[in-house]
Amino acid sequence: MSSRDVVLARVRRALADVPRGEGPYDPPVPRDYHRVHGSRTTEETVELLAEHLADYRAVVHRCAADDLPALIGRLLAERGARTVVVPPGLDPRWLSVAEAAQVPDRAADTARELDAVDSVVTGCALAVAETGTLVLDGGPDQGRRRITLVPDHHICVVCVPDQVVGSVPEALPRLSPERPLTWISGPSATSDIELDRVEGVHGPRTLEVVLASGPAAG
Amino acid sequence: MSRSFLGMPAFPRAAALSTRDTRLRANLTHATHTIRDKRAGAVAELDDWAQLRAAGAAIKDRTLRHLDHYLERLEESVTAAGGRVHWAADADEANRIVTRLVRETGEREVVKVKSMATQEIGLNEALAQAGIRAYETDLAELIVQLGDDLPSHILVPAIHRNRGEIRDIFRREMGRWGRPAPEGLSDSPAELAEAARLHLREKFLTAKVGISGANFMVAESGTLVVVESEGNGRMCLTLPETLISIVGIEKVVPTWQDLEVFLQLLPRSSTAERMNPYTTTWTGTTDGDGPRTFHLVLLDNGRTDTLADTVGRQALRCIRCSACLNVCPVYERAGGHAYGSPYPGPIGAILTPQLRGITGPLEQSLPYASSLCGACYEVCPVAIDIPEVLVHLRERVVEGGPVTRRGARVVLKPAKGHAAERAAMRAAAWAFDHPGALRGGMRLAARTRRLHPGRLPGPGRAWSDTRALPAVPAESFRDWWQRTRGGADRSRRGGVK
Repeated sequence: MSSRDVVLARVRRALADVPRGEGPYDPPVPRDYHRVHGSRTTEETVELLAEHLADYRAVVHRCAADDLPALIGRLLAERGARTVVVPPGLDPRWLSVAEAAQVPDRAADTARELDAVDSVVTGCALAVAETGTLVLDGGPDQGRRRITLVPDHHICVVCVPDQVVGSVPEALPRLSPERPLTWISGPSATSDIELDRVEGVHGPRTLEVVLASGPAAG
Repeated sequence: MSRSFLGMPAFPRAAALSTRDTRLRANLTHATHTIRDKRAGAVAELDDWAQLRAAGAAIKDRTLRHLDHYLERLEESVTAAGGRVHWAADADEANRIVTRLVRETGEREVVKVKSMATQEIGLNEALAQAGIRAYETDLAELIVQLGDDLPSHILVPAIHRNRGEIRDIFRREMGRWGRPAPEGLSDSPAELAEAARLHLREKFLTAKVGISGANFMVAESGTLVVVESEGNGRMCLTLPETLISIVGIEKVVPTWQDLEVFLQLLPRSSTAERMNPYTTTWTGTTDGDGPRTFHLVLLDNGRTDTLADTVGRQALRCIRCSACLNVCPVYERAGGHAYGSPYPGPIGAILTPQLRGITGPLEQSLPYASSLCGACYEVCPVAIDIPEVLVHLRERVVEGGPVTRRGARVVLKPAKGHAAERAAMRAAAWAFDHPGALRGGMRLAARTRRLHPGRLPGPGRAWSDTRALPAVPAESFRDWWQRTRGGADRSRRGGVK
């Protein structure tokens, strides 16, 4: 008997008390919890996102979509970034005025090569206001998971209000489990030493979020 | 790591030592009080916490009651997504499977995400015996590993260490495992974290094999979920070519939608945050992004035995948030090592004896490592009635009875050392069945009350070492009632109303 059969047989014996007629989807799970907490206007939801991102030490910027290239250029310059990794489907206008040399995200690049890059600029799949969370799903404007992990500086653009949802229950139906997802709430952090929070251990130590509003951003 | 939880002394002996360690108690009191206050704030932000908790418990219960169905469904969807599923009935088998999988890659080093399941099965030690070095990459696990120490908390395994001790460990040990600690390393948490960053980055950038557990597995989609804070998890889950995840069979949830409940319950209960900094989800393998090979090892190791106990089964709902540790007066004083298992605190006191069986002195002592104050039940995000299971397991220890071990029904013998308790209970049962004898006994006790010692002699001595004996009143309740009809006479005279 394989271990698979052994374990499954043990499970079945252990569950002898479960009535035969009870199906795997019985009884229904009570889902009377809220889909979203409180009622907010669209502007208030975006405001809450900004507040919660900042609360977890992300640096939040707001701009009109038209001003995005200038803002990204300035943020990279202020950081002193000489190189920036760029996902394949990022809107080329976003980096049109940036002086940093652009490094395309190529599957053949090693993690060590990526480690030498200063910054990364991506879009996102959506952002969750109640938790201050950005979700990346590997879409063309976000690239592979490693590019937002290894460089020490991440600029993430959220198109508001289209990409903003209120809550975790509102986020999941808009995400596809088949895609690899990364949920980011503030920069990398640890509280392992006397529960003192320290930002930046292995992931980017600086997370800048640009909330870009207006038609051109979509 | 050379230390092991196995063969540790029973809880009272271990706790008698640890409670005398004043530095440990100071570190623990600071840490548990900080996090329990923060948690209360994070939970208070959600006015539907009670409903989320009920939904979390219901989803887990339903999954456990049909675990065979959900495991088969999970296996199907993981396989369809390009993963390979392995089944391990016990710790040895899981360790053999993982060792073989690592050997097949030709590598001798692996990077690890913090994982309770791999602690439970002693994977690092098993890999070391096969000549494979496993590097812990969670900062706290790194502190534990470098210090040749054992974890003492589910969420913050190095909670028992303060910054000075951590600095000393880093200075002394980092060089033996890889990049040494920077010159003049101070004890500031920021500098210590930076030292860990530099030390571990060497490992991440060259690692070919990553090993993890998982917080959740979604049956319908085959998705695995890891929540973490530092990014070491993301490093191990996405940079290596091969990923091996060892996950307890109870970690499965039916649907993608179910994550909406647990991704609200877990971070707020655990680190007291609205959301942990990083969550990674993956489904099998993805071309060009992340590992090319993914293995999932489904671990039983006592879980089906726990499942067979209809009272104890609820322990398998646990999502390892550690909220119960931080509110427990016993954990706060005794520390995590006294529990002799990677699962300390109230949840450990019910999980360890069930996973391992209530056969050894340590496992028999754990159901007593509690004051039954109920704080653990109050904070549990999936409403595990820990006190109920503790009392149930105490009964098993004292009385013995039917249990399941490795899938087979066996009858457990009563534990040694509880004979006096059993005799006392039998005597009490007889007395309550014989009212005349009970009345006579109570009158005798009342008349001799000045002669009663402050401590019990013989087998009761240990019990009264830590407890004050109740004073015997001058008159039994029954006699008082007979005489006064419940004080009715006095109230008619205008006394107490």
